[in-house]
Amino acid sequence: MDWLAIFNLALGELISPLTAAYILCAIGLAVHFGFTGLMNFGQAAFAAVGAYGMAIGILTFGMPTAVAILFGMACAVIFALVLGIPTLRLRADYLAIVTIAAAEIFRYLMLTSGFAGVTGGSAGLSAFNEEFRALNPFPDGEYGFGPFVFREEELWMRIVGWLTVVLAALFVMFVMRSPWGRVLRGIREDEDAVRSLGKNVFAYKLQALIIGGVIAALGGMIFVLNLSNVQPASWGTNFTFMIWTVLLLGGAATILGPIVGGMLFFLLLTLTQSIIGGLVDVGVINFLSPPQVGQVRFLIIGLALMALVIFRPQGIFGNKKEMQFNG
Amino acid sequence: MANNISVGAAAPGCKKVDPILVADNVTRQFGGLTAVDVAHLEIPRGQITALIGPNGAGKTTLFNLLTGFDKPNTGTWIYDGKNLAGVPSYKVARLGMVRTFQLTKALSLLTVIDNMRLGAQDQPGENFLRSFLKPLWVKYENQITAKADDLLKRFKLDAKREDYAAALSGGQRKLLEMARALMSDPKLVMLDEPMAGVNPALTQSLLEHIKDLKKNGTTVLFVEHDMHMVRHISDWVVVMAEGKIVAEGPPAVVMKDQAVIDAYLGAHADTDLGTVAIKVVKGK
Repeated sequence: MDWLAIFNLALGELISPLTAAYILCAIGLAVHFGFTGLMNFGQAAFAAVGAYGMAIGILTFGMPTAVAILFGMACAVIFALVLGIPTLRLRADYLAIVTIAAAEIFRYLMLTSGFAGVTGGSAGLSAFNEEFRALNPFPDGEYGFGPFVFREEELWMRIVGWLTVVLAALFVMFVMRSPWGRVLRGIREDEDAVRSLGKNVFAYKLQALIIGGVIAALGGMIFVLNLSNVQPASWGTNFTFMIWTVLLLGGAATILGPIVGGMLFFLLLTLTQSIIGGLVDVGVINFLSPPQVGQVRFLIIGLALMALVIFRPQGIFGNKKEMQFNG
Repeated sequence: MANNISVGAAAPGCKKVDPILVADNVTRQFGGLTAVDVAHLEIPRGQITALIGPNGAGKTTLFNLLTGFDKPNTGTWIYDGKNLAGVPSYKVARLGMVRTFQLTKALSLLTVIDNMRLGAQDQPGENFLRSFLKPLWVKYENQITAKADDLLKRFKLDAKREDYAAALSGGQRKLLEMARALMSDPKLVMLDEPMAGVNPALTQSLLEHIKDLKKNGTTVLFVEHDMHMVRHISDWVVVMAEGKIVAEGPPAVVMKDQAVIDAYLGAHADTDLGTVAIKVVKGK
């Protein structure tokens, strides 16, 4: 086994654009669940709405990339309104059911051949990121050191992705420390108490749903800009549950939690994949076939998530007194 | 009997000299059960009114209806000249009619001081767009923090300022909830069993706080089972039974009313429980 290659691969995963995309979705979910107490199990849909919004804006409406990004964010706002207005008056557990259903509905809508002219159907959309690539200011060549060596377009993608993460994290940190964020945390604890103090709880929950949704939409855009295509298959429930894992790993009501949680999650995912795969290759593990390795690592991650929720419900960075997974 | 609160003699649903809240024909049914059926009720302004009655009399349901936390089947009620029927609960609170809950709703995972700050209304920083501009709200934030510290001192919670509300005892949470309700300088405070679970030493100071509220011009309406408290601080007592107002009047009069004694207080209302037990044993 080539340990150096394994670690290089894993370390590269730490700052991959995909990691940044998941982290953005997790930051959005922290706004929903960690700070406001909204049980959103449809975060994949917000990411998908952003991604499809941007791609359709470019391909169908011929928007410049910057405008298309704003369009994708606007689509996420509309999706949040459509989802939130009828459901945010309901109890938290109903919201969980409705969001998971809405996410699936959106995915199937993108999958149907009826809209294939716009959405690309099951094949999805591609060739929307040419302008994004053309915007790359870095000249051709390789940049970086050690395990972090990238070609110019890889560097560009990483810088855009992680800059978005940093901006989103700073934004959330800033608003959560304001009186506005205090109302959200109050709602998480007891809606009726906050209502009795004269706050329009419904409006606050809707605002939180929109803000977390727009951040996830940005995550979805980074996700598809990196892959150069949008496919309906990417946005299944497993996408949502990976975001939940990232969030709970780091700590739900924290800013650093989703970031470090996301990095650690993908580091572990790559390491387990490579190590188990390597052990299978050299014959140390002889009861697994190579295709099974991918399944086994998710099995291990699932067990790790269970252990986490049982033994460290507040996540890595969470304050045990403040936020736990008790929803 | 003449008094200076009601117009004419005290009777169920009687008119008041200066009512702050007037409710008419308020009913609420849960399936076949009529929980609240109040034909007419006026709450006197600037006075301390106690709402008493046996369990299940509809006191808390009436509270919920009046504050917009529940919707009545019929009825209107006018608070300070405004018709409040159908007004959502948060708007009711903004109009200066603030309530507490029987089952205390402290915001457990917020600190005590943050709980208090949330009680303040009109904090401009609670608007999303303005929350970005700290200069717009930081001055008001300092003001409400000073006010919160003052209230915490009065309620003897200042030592707990930075603790999470979850770390407080049940009685302390009651105090916190009441202090939080006072952050907005309400015109009408509705306290649902403010004394339940509060130790006797604190009860005395709580009673003083409630009297202070009256001195400052705040109207108080409270639900309470502690007859000592009712007698001690209330100016007016409203008795409910099976959803209806069955008696009204000054405490000294109402508590001698045979209907009230039968419905609620019981024959041994004025005797120590120990003596009751002895009498019962002796009687056998």
